[in-house]
Amino acid sequence: MIRRKSRPISASAKHEERIFYLFILPWLIGLVVFSAGPVFGMLGLSFTDWRISLDDLQFIGLDNYAKLFDDPIFWTSVGNTLYIVVGRVVFGVSFALLLAVLLNQKVPGIAFFRAVYYLPTVTAGVAVALVWIWIFNPRLGILNYSLKQIGIQGPPWIFSKTWVKPSLILMSMFSVGPIMIILLAGLQGVPKELYESAEIDGAGNWAKFFNVTLPMLSPVLFFVIIISVVSSFQNFTEIRVMTEGGPGESSNVLIWYLWENAFIFLQLGIAAAVAWIMFVVLMVLTGAQFWVGRRWVYYEADTG
Amino acid sequence: MTTQKRNEGVAWRKSIHGRRAIGYILTFALLVPLGIAFVLPFIVMVSTALKPLNQVFAFPPRLIPETVQWENFADGWYGYGYVNFTTCTWNSLKITINNIIGNVVSCTLAAYAFARLKARGKNVLFAIVLATMLLPNEALVVPQYVLFNRFGWLDTHLPLMVPPWFGWPFFIFLLRQFFLTIPEELVDAAKIDGAGHVRILLQIFIPLSKPALATLAIFAFIGNWNNFFGPLLYLRTPDVQTLPVCLVQYQGAYGNTEWHLMMAVATIAVIPVLLIFIFGQRYFVEGIATSGVKG
Repeated sequence: MIRRKSRPISASAKHEERIFYLFILPWLIGLVVFSAGPVFGMLGLSFTDWRISLDDLQFIGLDNYAKLFDDPIFWTSVGNTLYIVVGRVVFGVSFALLLAVLLNQKVPGIAFFRAVYYLPTVTAGVAVALVWIWIFNPRLGILNYSLKQIGIQGPPWIFSKTWVKPSLILMSMFSVGPIMIILLAGLQGVPKELYESAEIDGAGNWAKFFNVTLPMLSPVLFFVIIISVVSSFQNFTEIRVMTEGGPGESSNVLIWYLWENAFIFLQLGIAAAVAWIMFVVLMVLTGAQFWVGRRWVYYEADTG
Repeated sequence: MTTQKRNEGVAWRKSIHGRRAIGYILTFALLVPLGIAFVLPFIVMVSTALKPLNQVFAFPPRLIPETVQWENFADGWYGYGYVNFTTCTWNSLKITINNIIGNVVSCTLAAYAFARLKARGKNVLFAIVLATMLLPNEALVVPQYVLFNRFGWLDTHLPLMVPPWFGWPFFIFLLRQFFLTIPEELVDAAKIDGAGHVRILLQIFIPLSKPALATLAIFAFIGNWNNFFGPLLYLRTPDVQTLPVCLVQYQGAYGNTEWHLMMAVATIAVIPVLLIFIFGQRYFVEGIATSGVKG
């Protein structure tokens, strides 16, 4: 922005500005005290040998980062996190898209189904994670029992190193509610004329989906992918309640690695380094969302 | 219009009709089984909560219990020494209600400012709201923990109950989007009558924004009621615990054996969220849709 010579502003504009800052003051204080302050504090602390007390901290430069990158468990947890992120994006988002397409059909009772599909999302928490331990029970659980009925010997799910991550991804597919609704809103925003002209051109349902729906949906789809990546970093509850990072380290994800280092091993300097890395990754993702979002805004007139 | 064109139109409509019937069947063939899958975890939870212990481990598993044991709810609730569900529920309720009020107040003020007031630096500040909107709290817990430790707030409800009074970027964004749709003329008319911003906010914006405020309150209710990470981190003594933490302690205490009692307390813990969702479903869904399309 070009800085203009500041013109004297009227008394009423000044008053309005004062009210503006008064109204956003709580948020601004919160931003400084609870977010920005901690973020920069965290950066500083990640360069110290901080363990428990904040008194006589030694500056150790990048040692925490070096230690972190030398720790094979850190890399395991990065790998596990990526595994889950990719799984949730590929399966979660496609599943949410399928649900959104279904909910976009003009059939009676659709509001009921929308509510039912959303339900597991709102109840996601400790209580439902406990239920899933039971569902995943290899011998007595409903999942393997159902599979047996159709002649499939079910895997040991969260009790096995190979299956624990797919299990967590499967479970997360039950709480795709928000992205399903966002995609549904996106679908409903596709101009009807486009479908009509595609029909005139003789396009079938699949052709319409791939040539009209998906391209028109791409900004929303991108937003939804970002959300599902971000929420993949937030699966602490499931990990803590269901697996505690196990079996072995096979479900040790970054948030669990952070938690263990900070509050179990009391390696707070290292935890601060992990947290800082996570913060940077998440900010880059958010930034990407806005960058891509801006490139795609052509498709919708500015509605505020 | 020529007759030929009209005839084509009729043929077209007919084939659409046939296709629609097939479409209906196909749609329901997918909608119904998926719906069953989505409620299955609840059915498992409730049916386990109603079974006597020996039927919990029976094979094959039954979704409808042979005998219904209602005592499980009371036994689970009072059944274990140091996990006091009454205290936990009370704490959860207190924190949740406080946080809803805090969020509504602080976010309404900020949203009004961003939607309706002119000020230098506004665009930069709003960019910060957007940038922090997606940032999960998980990335900030370590330094926040240090901060609250410094304040002497550990093992109290303050780390959970104070920050909500200082806004939440997602809610500010949501409300701002709604406030932008309120017609300018209403505001101008009020200004001519000599109303200040506080009165405009209280007498025009808040009454007109009930759906948006309801959305916000529902989001806040669910988020806080289910919050597990924060309480686990900041609370130590049993007296201050919240419901999710109590459930986990229960799990640990029994070494995963008393499934029927655990599912009974889990069912009780889920009921408030279910009720809120069922009654507020419409607002909730609209709120999320707004966030995505304009995000």
